[in-house]
Amino acid sequence: MLIRPKEGILDAQGQTVERALPALGFEGVSGVRIGRLVELEVEDGARLEEMCETLLANPLIEEYEIEEITAP
Amino acid sequence: MVRFPGSCDEVDALRACRRFADADLLWYEDRDLSGVDAVVIPGGFSYGDYLRVGAIAGLAPIMEAITRFAREGGPVLGICNGFQVLCEARLLPGALLPNVGLRFLCREVELGVVSADSPFTRACEPGRSLRVPVKHFTGRFHAPPDELERLEAHGQIVLRYREGQNPNGSVGNVAGVSNRAGNVLGLMPHPEHAVDPRTGSADGACLFASVVEHVESGVLAAAA
Repeated sequence: MLIRPKEGILDAQGQTVERALPALGFEGVSGVRIGRLVELEVEDGARLEEMCETLLANPLIEEYEIEEITAP
Repeated sequence: MVRFPGSCDEVDALRACRRFADADLLWYEDRDLSGVDAVVIPGGFSYGDYLRVGAIAGLAPIMEAITRFAREGGPVLGICNGFQVLCEARLLPGALLPNVGLRFLCREVELGVVSADSPFTRACEPGRSLRVPVKHFTGRFHAPPDELERLEAHGQIVLRYREGQNPNGSVGNVAGVSNRAGNVLGLMPHPEHAVDPRTGSADGACLFASVVEHVESGVLAAAA
């Protein structure tokens, strides 16, 4: 699960990093958003969205993406 | 007074409560609130602030009993981390985000009592200023614009930072917000650290006095 601040929510961490990058010579960077990555293993992925809605993300301030990778 | 693993302000908060009434500690695994007239969730770092501040504590065993207590109209006060827990448990509207300046803040701020109709401010004069400390990293109150309008319309914004005193970038200078029924209040500042002039301010005492007055008036009304 990729969880990041919702559009329109001021992301203070993202802003700070965005200001720090040019100081190191990385010009032309914008729209930095910082979130978190939750990796987990499940037998059945049917309830992943429910997990995000109830605990892993706070839908009021965060949006999430679920990426399922099936073990080979 | 609820203690979670990682709470750290429960002793000061107990002392503040005991100036006005009996107060005892509850443990996060307790499921029985019988004999309790009011619940306080103190500040601290419950569950190490893992995942999101207040998120894990919001699911702790005692929260089921607190939710029931709140639905029945029992007064619940959340201070700092307690405010974060009540938002995560969806007993209060909105959410708390990291301070705009990304700094841990520890200083005294001036609050305005917006409404003295609340069980938590009835002993304070409306419009009165309270000098109370804040100490937090994640104290920026957020609610979407339409929600904020509803909160204002229903008188749920009980405390505001005075103009120029908003330490964390909270929307609308909101320092303390209640649920629609008014019996659950969360605030980021720490009234329990401001109950004795010898430590700077005694302005926080009126919140604890208010809850006791509220409970006593209920008891008197029930007896009448």
